[in-house]
Amino acid sequence: MLTARIIPCLDVKDGRTVKGTNFVNLRDAGDPVELAQRYSDEGADELVFLDISATLEGRSTFLRMVERVAEVVRIPFTVGGGIGTADAVRWALEAGADKVSLNSAILARPQLIDDCVRGVGGQSIVAAIDVRRQDSTWTVWTRAGTEPTSRDAIVWAREVVERGAGELLVTSMDRDGTKSGYDLGLLRALSDAVSVPVIASGGAGTMKHMRDAVVDGRADAVLAASIFHYREIQIEELKRYLASEGIPVRPASFSTL
Amino acid sequence: MAGTVAIISYRSGNVRSVVNALRQLNVGCTVTAERTVLERASRIILPGVGEARSAMEALEQASLVDWIRETRIPFLGICLGMQVLFERSEERSTTGLGLIPGTMARFESDGTLKIPHMGWNTIQHDASSPLFNGISPDEYFYFVHSYRAPLTDQTIGRTDYGVTFSSAVSIRNFYGVQFHPEKSGSAGLRLLRNFIERC
Repeated sequence: MLTARIIPCLDVKDGRTVKGTNFVNLRDAGDPVELAQRYSDEGADELVFLDISATLEGRSTFLRMVERVAEVVRIPFTVGGGIGTADAVRWALEAGADKVSLNSAILARPQLIDDCVRGVGGQSIVAAIDVRRQDSTWTVWTRAGTEPTSRDAIVWAREVVERGAGELLVTSMDRDGTKSGYDLGLLRALSDAVSVPVIASGGAGTMKHMRDAVVDGRADAVLAASIFHYREIQIEELKRYLASEGIPVRPASFSTL
Repeated sequence: MAGTVAIISYRSGNVRSVVNALRQLNVGCTVTAERTVLERASRIILPGVGEARSAMEALEQASLVDWIRETRIPFLGICLGMQVLFERSEERSTTGLGLIPGTMARFESDGTLKIPHMGWNTIQHDASSPLFNGISPDEYFYFVHSYRAPLTDQTIGRTDYGVTFSSAVSIRNFYGVQFHPEKSGSAGLRLLRNFIERC
């Protein structure tokens, strides 16, 4: 049976992992390759690396990090953050990433999704959508969640899937960094609106939040950062809990070489 | 047998993951589309990401279609590399290598089934196949695909996702797996090692 995926997210700046609260106040939480290996050993199903470097030098450091991760980590990983062209998508995949997440660039030019899908296939393209609640609707935000757009999250999700994106990474900006739980209404609405897998992001504070995202939000995967980095939740313990709640999860591997 | 593992190169990214996985097994490999290099290989791996039509076109351009059909070298197709072992794919009405009868069909969503089938799933495998030597039936492997292979006499692994489909096949010297062993942790490495040492 297909399992719910647990995905630690590593924010990377100039080759180092960082994580902030509500995208500010960054704290250093270690070497990304080492951390990736540790998460893989502990049973993470997938990893996401977001490049938050602002400089060209930081970006080339990030690509070298992608290569090093691909050498040692034998689970799938997605990279994102500031990727804006079909060429940059190809470079990231050639460096060894399995998927690339696109956010601000596809809001500015939705056709980029079609271009990438034609070149590398939709299974490698993740549409990242940052959302804030506005009265009774959900609005898409751009530029790392700093600027609102005029787009409705549900309408935008349908469009990116129509254009061929293979997965959605949905971050609630209202919840991000609050540890008050994922935005279940948002997840449920998006998951029901599209046929592709949905990754829940923003707000995880407890194991129950993750259960709720899968059961009530119908998410296919749950993503979190600081609660994993600072060992507030251990992946093995989380998987035991989810299994006890009737959610299929992948236990630690049985095979030995 | 002398020779090395040859990975058939496509214009797509995931060749590198297979190279990295083999390196972790201390297995040397060469990435090539040259028939003369392939002929000297001890094992051949056809990885695959992308879609069926362009994969077949790439093999045709390299004049490899007839050669692959006739080779006796142990051969492993991964993901799309398994799909092209079949006769046909509904994906852009593509004709495959035709080594295994049947047509690749798209998963049909019933409203709740997410497509692609993406993530970790189990395989009810044929325990007598050397490919699965030492691999528990409870083991999980990583999948990402929108088209599925039918169950046939060549099926050696079955997986459930809405329907039951072939997640592993073998015929003569040819093996195919729908999942990505190069991305499936230690179980995947074990399967790759089985292919190199036992198939």
